[in-house]
Amino acid sequence: MKNIVPKRASKEYEQAFAELKQPLSNAAALADANRCLYCSDAPCIKACPTHIDIPTFIKKIATGNLKGSAKTILQSNWIALTCAKACPVAMLCEGSCVYIARGENPIQIGRLQRYAMDDYFAKGMLPLFTAAEPNGKSIGIIGGGPAGLACADELALLGYDVTIYEAKAKAGGLDTWGIAPYKMKQQDSLLEVALSKSLGVKIRTGECVGETVSIQFLMDQHAAIFIGVGLAAASKLNIPGETLAGVYDALAFIEKVTPRQWRSVDVGKRVAVIGGGNTAIDAATEAKRLGAEEVFMIYRRGKSEMPAYLFEQELAKSDGVQFHFQIMPARIIGKKHVEAVECMRTKPGEPDADGRRHPAPIPGSEFRIPVDMVIKSVGQNVEGTFFSQIPDLMIDDGMVVVNHDTLQTSNPMFFAGGDCINGGKEVVNAAHDGKKAAHGIDQWIRSTRQE
Amino acid sequence: MADLRTDCAGIKSPNPFWLASAPPTNSAYQVCKAFEAGWGGAVWKTIGEPVMNVCNRYGSVDYGGQKIAGLNNIELISDRPIEVNLREMAETKRLWPDRAVVASLMVEPKREAWHDIVKRAIDTGCDGLELNYGCPHGMSERGMGAAIGQVPEYCSMITGWVTEVSTIPVLVKLTPNITDIRYPGRAAKKGGAAGISLINTINTLMGVDLDTLELQPSVAGKGGHGGYAGPAVKPIALNMLSQVAMDPEIGLPISGMGGISTWRDAAEFILLGASSVQVCTAAMHYGFRIINDLTEGLSNWMDEKGFQTLGEVRGKSLHRISDFGNFNLLFKAVARIDESACIRCNLCHVACDDAAHQCIDLQPREVQRNGHAETIGQPVVREEDCVGCRLCYIVCPVENCISMIQLDDGKESVTWNELLKQLPQPVTWEALRAFQKKHGIEIH
Repeated sequence: MKNIVPKRASKEYEQAFAELKQPLSNAAALADANRCLYCSDAPCIKACPTHIDIPTFIKKIATGNLKGSAKTILQSNWIALTCAKACPVAMLCEGSCVYIARGENPIQIGRLQRYAMDDYFAKGMLPLFTAAEPNGKSIGIIGGGPAGLACADELALLGYDVTIYEAKAKAGGLDTWGIAPYKMKQQDSLLEVALSKSLGVKIRTGECVGETVSIQFLMDQHAAIFIGVGLAAASKLNIPGETLAGVYDALAFIEKVTPRQWRSVDVGKRVAVIGGGNTAIDAATEAKRLGAEEVFMIYRRGKSEMPAYLFEQELAKSDGVQFHFQIMPARIIGKKHVEAVECMRTKPGEPDADGRRHPAPIPGSEFRIPVDMVIKSVGQNVEGTFFSQIPDLMIDDGMVVVNHDTLQTSNPMFFAGGDCINGGKEVVNAAHDGKKAAHGIDQWIRSTRQE
Repeated sequence: MADLRTDCAGIKSPNPFWLASAPPTNSAYQVCKAFEAGWGGAVWKTIGEPVMNVCNRYGSVDYGGQKIAGLNNIELISDRPIEVNLREMAETKRLWPDRAVVASLMVEPKREAWHDIVKRAIDTGCDGLELNYGCPHGMSERGMGAAIGQVPEYCSMITGWVTEVSTIPVLVKLTPNITDIRYPGRAAKKGGAAGISLINTINTLMGVDLDTLELQPSVAGKGGHGGYAGPAVKPIALNMLSQVAMDPEIGLPISGMGGISTWRDAAEFILLGASSVQVCTAAMHYGFRIINDLTEGLSNWMDEKGFQTLGEVRGKSLHRISDFGNFNLLFKAVARIDESACIRCNLCHVACDDAAHQCIDLQPREVQRNGHAETIGQPVVREEDCVGCRLCYIVCPVENCISMIQLDDGKESVTWNELLKQLPQPVTWEALRAFQKKHGIEIH
């Protein structure tokens, strides 16, 4: 890459990537825990996709029963530490807190959950649950992200012998590789991987299903298989210049940042980020914090249509990221290396099938933004490499088709959950899917055994 | 601006707020600082018998994240030399002639000992004496403090020894650690007291530390009972205050205390008959500066209510105190929930369902939450089944959301005592049911 931002002292990077939401002190945790009204049939429980019994875990913090608090949390959500830090709580639990109706700040549910989970992990993950007697059935799990881990944990408690096949060197999926370092550390996600291991889950890393392990092998080895592979292949812009040096996929870029080896990540002085989702915002903010002088968000629709959460947009803005709405890249210019992005202004065009008005480029509106680096973040596809090897697996609109009660796929032996069935949602949705699928698998195995 | 001057049993002060005899009144430095801040009076920390204190003297009950809902102490009376106390008391009174300086006394139950301390205290120029018959710890085991207050005969005897030589008003400070506060109150009157102070601290054991299994406070691994004060004791004090205030055999001015933290607490004490009010725990928690809000708040409230002097406030709510037998059995009130104010925490529903009379239903409502429609349960009172217990009103965290609505027209009244006269004796369930049926009261 040309015009690489000069490296700084590690300390400066650590400051730039310091946690935005600091842990609560004991006194602050107690104060907020005591402020919780302990609603009956609480709206926060309903707003949480995993339905954690939030008032109960908070009251346990208030009484000093932190172990019990962690148990209440983990009963509903195995990915509780990551969720505590990475969930968009304002859109979920905290956004439904009754205090808001009283015109006051909501209870800091995310930070309180983190308080309980920090304590649980700091004390060495003391066993909270008694697993059922081993039932001799083996389950294979493809993908060690939040959905896979949650499914594995739950199945382990139900007495199954569980093996996760993880393609990368470390499990955790996007929790390990894809969450902005100022939200949480990679280490937090690895604690949840360690929790799975402590429950007896076996994790085979470096195993790429369809390449190093065949589907047939999995079908021979296991009574059922859970697919929790998320989305992988980044969508292409399909414009000229996409293969120039200095053009990156957002997730690949973020993946280089998460291990906190700051000096090993090159960033250009002027960076264009193409896309309008939360991942695009993360990439832009991370590039800025790594020292990029100017970062431009390029989004083809209007501000009100930007899919990224408002609070994420605000964060990027406060970091100095510049937002450009209603422009789209026409081509990336450069000889070997990116030199500029040529953009066109857009106007809302005809509504598409979803009723969303497709942005149409305005002829003759071309202009260039000179940049040293382009980060593409325009969505991902289902990684289809091994799907075609699974007999009768139905895929629709890029997503694995499932029965939404059991998460069973069209091939009864296979279940699926997380981003690969929903097209990309929150960690908490994946965590819930994993758990739900575990019970789907358990029910299916019990019923087939009876037959 | 209301006139806050008061006269309690002949002891005058520019406002009714006195610091109670306790650690905040241990020295001239403290009392002068308090007077500087605006306190109307101070009862000096009790002087008398030789004592030695121990370390770790206080324990507290913290509740719901709030510090010091209740405070317990095992500190004894003043451990400073008696001459120093007397000299400082005299200096303080000379510097602050308009403030009430009251000497608190406690010596062994010997006539000569009491005569001696009374004379020495009067020589300081103080405005009155308060006899400490209340300390429930340390001194009581030595036959003083609560050991006197718990035996009416001792109470009147020692009060008599004091009043036979005293030239200034004598207040007797009563212990609440007794079955019926009126008996020592009457004994004080018999002994010639000019007024009564109440309540002293309540006998308590504060708790056990769950890490060390030691008591709190712990004195080198040991702990024991002490005297309890602070906001938690206020209702106990108010009851005893009203009992003494309404007792026709006593009829003495009262300096009220026990959990007074704010002007609101003080106003309640005065409404139930106190002539002056004493404060300790709140000053121990926040310092003397609280006097600003105490006087200003009380004055503003009096202005708002149209009271010009404390005399107009004093005892104004006493006539409302009644025995259960005189309550109107036909008064009918039910809870009503204002749906527009309700935040749907459902605390009323769960409290009613689990602990009351199962008359708050959750009715389905469509609401907008987080930008999407959602069906939620709206708590609604089934009024025909509501017994009007007021639990929901108490648990509701939203102001003016639940109200108790009077349903009867207020014209009819039958009390239990009146009913007893109407019904054949002994009262049977059948007769009672017939009465209820006649008045449309259905209990199921």
